[in-house]
Amino acid sequence: MNPIVKASGVRKSYGAFEALKGVDLEVDRGEVLCIIGPSGSGKSTLLRCMNQLEVVDSGALWVNGELVGYRRVGQKLYELSERDIARQRLATGMVFQRFNLFPHKTALHNVTEGPVQVLKQERKRAEVAARELLARVGLSHKCDAYPVELSGGQQQRVAIARALAMKPALMLFDEPTSALDPELVGEVLAVMHDLARTGMTMIVVTHELGFAREVANRVIFMDQGQVIESGPPAQVLSSPTHARTLNFISAVLN
Amino acid sequence: MSKAGWETICVSSVSIGKLAAGEQDHVVEDISRLEHVRRKHVGRYLSAVAVVALATWIVLAFVHGQIDWAVVGRYLTARTIILGLGNTVLMAALAMLLGILIGVTVAIMRLSANPVVNWAAAGYVWFFRGTPLLLQLLLWFNLALVFPKLGIPGLFELRTVDVMTPFVAAFLGLGINQGAYTSEVVRAGLLSVDQGQYEAASAIGMPRLQALRRIILPQAMRVIVPPIGNELIGMVKLTSLASVIQFSEIVHNAENIYYVNNYVIELLIVAAFWYLIVVTVLTFLQTRLERHYARGARATKQR
Repeated sequence: MNPIVKASGVRKSYGAFEALKGVDLEVDRGEVLCIIGPSGSGKSTLLRCMNQLEVVDSGALWVNGELVGYRRVGQKLYELSERDIARQRLATGMVFQRFNLFPHKTALHNVTEGPVQVLKQERKRAEVAARELLARVGLSHKCDAYPVELSGGQQQRVAIARALAMKPALMLFDEPTSALDPELVGEVLAVMHDLARTGMTMIVVTHELGFAREVANRVIFMDQGQVIESGPPAQVLSSPTHARTLNFISAVLN
Repeated sequence: MSKAGWETICVSSVSIGKLAAGEQDHVVEDISRLEHVRRKHVGRYLSAVAVVALATWIVLAFVHGQIDWAVVGRYLTARTIILGLGNTVLMAALAMLLGILIGVTVAIMRLSANPVVNWAAAGYVWFFRGTPLLLQLLLWFNLALVFPKLGIPGLFELRTVDVMTPFVAAFLGLGINQGAYTSEVVRAGLLSVDQGQYEAASAIGMPRLQALRRIILPQAMRVIVPPIGNELIGMVKLTSLASVIQFSEIVHNAENIYYVNNYVIELLIVAAFWYLIVVTVLTFLQTRLERHYARGARATKQR
């Protein structure tokens, strides 16, 4: 089967700082992949390249069967138009560290915004679907609440529902629990666990090693812009082959 | 913990408290029952007396001054004055509308990645903020001196003096000037919205302009509305400058009356009265609008 994500020699720099130094990666459909690594290792950058919040400098990236951001004509890659990029983004759903809910809209309207405005769905139909999604993340009683009236954990669950409403082929999570108070982490991870059970392809940048061990099919460890180690969670987390991986894991656990 | 356990702890803590108080009885008197007496705010009374005295003095001065209050009362609702008031309000509204349209467009242009668009917008702001409004009004009004005819040669042509009436010149002069100021206000508003909001809008597949309209601008409005309200109030009064190009707003009409009857101060008071009324109404409307755009903001939650 074709991988849903394929990265080949992906490089990205911010000025003199090289965030990604040639990343190769394949992710299969239905896989749950956790990316771990110290801050500045390039894991969030890699995720942001997949939905084009960042533009790769060189290398190639395919998501859901399409070359990301470019059209190949002969031996050259031509940059896509803004409209085509917006269309390509629909393949991925993104959940941000800081939730980024729309503060001027209720939970329900946060979820319906994309379906109604981008997919041009009929509002009534979108609202029915949105209520189902909010129920799925345990928030059917908060449909009419504004983000400011919700806890961090509730906001992040609305954000997950908002991403799912676009029916993405792939869900990207950028440190979804890092901005949460410790007692609220569990409710978000539980929703993600449920989502994984439905067979959704998920790429999760996280520091939650317990979640990675329990839910992921595969864990990759990144450091200094490169994938250092990749394998089943039990192997990478319990008996890593690289000293850097071991150092990181013991640092996180202590 | 069991209920019995709690009681044990409470009892023991009370007994410790008693012990401690008993030890200190001879040192500190219990003053917790004494009446609290607030500080006397002498300054407030003194300032009240001073302000009332000053205000009385000013009012008396005007009452005994050479002002014919009966004339003020008679002209307050004179036909010419009310027509002038209508023109003032209409012009302020139209010019502000044009200013906001230009302002939003130019603000978005200023934030564009396209350097040509960006520089064009910056140049517009530079010119219209850099020259006096009075001068711009005179330029528009005298446009016929530069271009005697307007139009597309062969298709249609109009004499500029016919097109550039005082109304049109005032509308263009005030509106285009206002656009330069408004664009800076809108730009500040757009910049105040968190970068994460642009990203979240992109992530659900919104193109840039749609994201601006649906997500960014509504949030920027919270920052934009108070200064725009301020600018609108300013605009109501700036329309008086158009009196120099013969636009018949309220000051122009008041002038026309006192050129004939010489009741200069009386007619200026009439105009001042109506400006104050209009500004008071606008201040009230601004408060309502601010409340509307505060949806989902912290401040509304406390209510």
